[in-house]
This record gives sequence, C-alpha cells and structure tokens, in this order.
Amino acid sequence: MAKRDPIYGMMAEFDTPQALIDAARKTHEAGYQKLDAYSPFPVEGLAEEIGFHHDEVPLVVLIGGIIGGCGGYLMQWWMSAVDYPLNIGGKPPHSWPAFIIITFEMTILFAAISAVFGMLALNGLPMPYHPVFNVPRFAMASKDRFFLIVFSSDPKYNPPITRAFLEGLSAVSISEVPS
Amino acid sequence: MKGRGFSRAVEDTNKNGALAPEALTKHMDEQYKTVDAQQAPVIEPGYTFATVTEKISAIVLTRPASNGWFVGFGIAFLMTMMMLYAIGFLFLKGVGIWGVTIPIGWGFAIVNFVWWIGIGHAGTLISAILLLLRQSWRNSINRFAEAMTLFAVACAGIFPAIHVGRPWLAYWLFPYPNTMKVWPQFRSPLIWDVFAVSTYATVSAMFWFIGLIPDLATLRDRATNPAARLIYGALSMGWRGSARHWHRYETAYLLLAGLATPLVLSVHTVVSFDFAVGIVPGWHTTIFPPYFVAGAIYSGFAMVLMLAIPIRKIYGLEDFITERHLQNSAKVMLATGLIVAYGYGVEAFMSWYSGDRYDAFTIWNRLHGPYAPWYYSLLACNIFIPQVLWIRKLRTSPVALFMISGVILVGMWLERFIIVVVSLHRDFLTSSWGMYYPTRWDWMTYIGTIGMFLAAMFLFLRLLPSISIFEMRTLLPEAEVKE
Repeated sequence: MAKRDPIYGMMAEFDTPQALIDAARKTHEAGYQKLDAYSPFPVEGLAEEIGFHHDEVPLVVLIGGIIGGCGGYLMQWWMSAVDYPLNIGGKPPHSWPAFIIITFEMTILFAAISAVFGMLALNGLPMPYHPVFNVPRFAMASKDRFFLIVFSSDPKYNPPITRAFLEGLSAVSISEVPS
Repeated sequence: MKGRGFSRAVEDTNKNGALAPEALTKHMDEQYKTVDAQQAPVIEPGYTFATVTEKISAIVLTRPASNGWFVGFGIAFLMTMMMLYAIGFLFLKGVGIWGVTIPIGWGFAIVNFVWWIGIGHAGTLISAILLLLRQSWRNSINRFAEAMTLFAVACAGIFPAIHVGRPWLAYWLFPYPNTMKVWPQFRSPLIWDVFAVSTYATVSAMFWFIGLIPDLATLRDRATNPAARLIYGALSMGWRGSARHWHRYETAYLLLAGLATPLVLSVHTVVSFDFAVGIVPGWHTTIFPPYFVAGAIYSGFAMVLMLAIPIRKIYGLEDFITERHLQNSAKVMLATGLIVAYGYGVEAFMSWYSGDRYDAFTIWNRLHGPYAPWYYSLLACNIFIPQVLWIRKLRTSPVALFMISGVILVGMWLERFIIVVVSLHRDFLTSSWGMYYPTRWDWMTYIGTIGMFLAAMFLFLRLLPSISIFEMRTLLPEAEVKE
C-alpha cells in the first residue's frame, strides 16, 4: 500500500457458495484482476476463479522438513561422535541406526512448524486491522454469507461502473469499503 | 448406489437362468433402501450454515454455565489440587514416598504415563488419519478429540518429569549446551521418547490451534461482550476467510495431517521401545510396537466415547454427534481390541515357542503368580467383555457404550500395570524378586491427573467451540458447488 487510497474496494454480498463462485468467475472474465472472495468455509475451486494459482506452502514444508531431518541427524552425530564421544556398551560413537528415530521426529517437527508458520506468514497473519472489517455486514462472512471484493487498485476499477457490474451478478448487497 | 449395482448383477445372472423374477430385484432394492435408511446420517437434516453456527457457538457465547458444570468443574479442580499436593510432597521428600523399590523401579508413574499417552492417540487418529481417508463423519468429533489428546499428553508429560528423582533437573533430558559439556545418550530409547513425545505434544497443539482459527473468527464476529471480542479477535489473528487464505490453509492442514499420521504411529512405537529394547522377560519382544499402537487407539476411542456420550446429551448435540459416530467408534474399538488380543496371543505363543525358560516363566507368573487376578481382570476387560460390541443394539446404545468404554479404559490401565510391574517383580534372579504396593501418594497423583484432565475438558467446553463449526458447514448440502 504505497499510496493509501481512501476507498479500498467495492464489495458484493451473496447468499450461497454457488452464487459466489459464479460471480467470481464472471468478474474475472470481465477483466478485473485484483479480486478477493470471502467465505465461511473453504469453497472448492474458488481460489482458482479469482486467479490464485501459486500456493507456496508445500515448498516451505519441504524445506522445513529437510532442515529438520539434516539438522537432527547432524546434531546427534556431532554430539555423540565429535564433541564428546562416550563409550557406552562398546557401541560405536557414530551408531547411525540408533539415530534414525530422532532424525525422523525432527523432520516431522520442523516440517509441521514450517507448515503452520509458513501458512500464517504467506497469508499475512496475524493482521489486527483490515479494511474489509469496516463493512458492518462483513461480520456474517464468518457465519453464512459470501463476499466478493474488487480492489480499488484494479486498473479497471471505476466506482459507478463496477457497482453496476456487481449488481448485475445478483448480489444481495453492495458496499464501498473505506480503507 | 451399492444397492443398484448389486441388483444389476442379480439381473445379469437372471438372463442366463430361468428364474428371473423382477420382484426379486425390486425386493433387493427395497432391502438396500431400508439398510441405507438405518445408516444414521453424520448430521441430521434441516440445518443451515446459520443454525449450525448458532447452535455450536451458543454453548460458548450465550448459554449460562449450569450448576452441574460448576459442580463437575469444582470436583475436577479439587482433584487437581490433590495432585498438586501429592507432587508438592514428592518434591519435599523424594520418590521414596511412592511404592517404587528395587526390583520394581518403574511403578505407577510409568504405568500412568503410557496409559495417558495412549489415550491421546485417538485424537490425532481422528483428526489426521480419518481426514486423509476422507471420512467426513470425523468433522463433528475431531475438535474435542484433539483437545482430549492435548490434555491427555499434558497429563502424561507430568509423570516422567516427576519420576526422574530430581524433577528440578528434568531439563537435562534435552540436548542443551551446559557447563558439564556432556550431551544426552542418543542410543537410548528413553531419549528417543523425549523427542517423540515432545514433538507429538507440539504438533498436536499446532494442529488443534490451526483448526480453531476460523472458528475463533466466528466467535469474534458473534461475541457481544467486548472482552470476549478482544480475546477471540486476538486469537483468530485477523482471519477473514479470504479464498487465498483458505487455499493455503487447506494445503497446510492437509500436510499437517500427512505429517501427523506417521508421527502418531511412531509415538507409541517409541514408547514401546522403552520396554522392547530392554532384556527383561515380558518386555523384550518385537510384537510390542504394533500392539502398543493398537492398544493406544483402543483406549483413545474409549475415552472419546466416554466424553462424547455425556457431552452430546448435556449440550443437546445429538444432531451433530449421531448414532453413526457412536457406531463407527465402537467398530474401531472392536477392531483394535482384536489386534490387542492377537498381541496377547503372540506374547503367550512366543514364550512357549522361543524355548526361553525365563519367558515361559513370565507367562506362568502372570497366570498363577501373585498378580494373577489382575491379569484375569485384564483379559476380561480388554478381550472378553468388549466382544459384546458385535451386537448392533449395544453399539448404538449410548449407555452400554459408555460402560463398555469405561471397562476398556480400566483394562488398558491394567495392561500397562501387568507389563511394567509384573515383568519387573520376578525376573532372572529369584534372590531379587519382590512385590509392588502402591502408596496413597501414587493413587493421589494418578487420580489427580484424571481431575486435571477433566478440569481442562470442562474449561474447554465453555471457552472454545467443542465441534468444528467451519468443517460442519462443509457437510451441509447447501455447501456443494458445481464447476
């Protein structure tokens, strides 16, 4: 948000997930690029309709898992075979089969931490303030209503034309979202 | 659908044969219809997004706490205080106040640790494994089963920490740079256990919290009390249900489920290594890992039912936690119970087949030694009584299920008692045989952890949505979309 537009976007409300997904497709097809959709539960295919294709969460988890696994094994090797080798029952200091379990646990631990924090970071959460909450009806987005927003940063954004377009999609209500 | 396929097959055979009564096919179809109707739904019909939200969030937001809740929580709280008193006295005097002596160095603490950690397994099984298997009925029980996991793991975690003799040095279990310059012994199953259990606790907590975020946003938007709005708002981290967020959220949730699945199987496997890697007869056996995991799921589902049955009754959630959930849980118990029975069978068989006289003596001692009544109770509780679950009427009766689950929980506790105490009390040298007598401090600590577990469950029911609201919305017919 380089320049802060006083208007964040135009928001349309729908009462079924089907209406939202249809509206999202039509809005995207009409040439609007900067869109978002809000629903009280994950709607299959909705993210694709608003032009979201690159989900980096799996990559983050893979990297986390590799770091955890390598780190876990190297930690045990370095502590038991390099830094302070102890002879216990005549077993070799670098007894790799015994190190597998902790390596596995560390892989899972780091991958899981990456999944959680990676997802939150990519989603930009926690975010205490967001303009969409300025719309009073948006409180129902966590209950039974579905919302579509065209951001004012979209090159095609034009308040009266965008409003008329969204009204044509059989929206239940339309509101302008202040930043 | 199944009925149609079957009747078509019947029709095909009839083409060749003479007897092709269409009435037969029709009759078959009707039979399948009645079977389908008998299969209870996951969620009773007639609910909408709004009513599901309303019904679950009302338990937290609007419903006043009843006298029953205060009495129940009060008792659980007093039990927790009793546990803290027993632990406080332990810190003052040392583990000598317990019944542990040589040769039984692992008494109640390890029995209870294994019992609690096993109970925890059902939560992760329901939330992760059943998610991967697309068992959508899990959606109404996963939230409180995960909460149950967390509280059970918390209870489990107390025991090894207070069992180490000098509990204020329990952090020595972790590899951290210290002035002694030594590191933990990574070739020991006990240190594997530290990593497995702490990873399990961390991942379960994260999985639970991630699942809660969208529901916390619902509570934030619906709460009228400003303090509640602030707290739920802060915890929901500004969740707004954006399609991009949901996409990453679902990916992360699925990956967590994929990670938690091998993790949950590994945890009780590693716990069983604590025994199986040792040379004590009765411990040193390769059947332990699978049999421990099955036993963990067995006791976990029993605890899920013992919690679900009163909760659905008291909070009027029979429409969400239906007969189907009770039946399915009962079937899981029946299956895992049979695996446990197989484990006992293999133990007995191997003690004979191995030709090892110490192993053979262990089984003889279980059947005829001083703890024999406990072993027979164990067989009754874990193998014989649960076989009544083959009867459909008992699988669908909440009262019967509640009682059978209680029996199974007792049985699984006895199983760990037999493994830990009876194996240790008479091993290789007759000169060092002994008996184990738990003291009142052992009992106070054990019963106290049950109080702590229940107190946490009581608080959870009032403070957080005990059924996942957003996952319930996805089960409604109106949630379906066509491409």
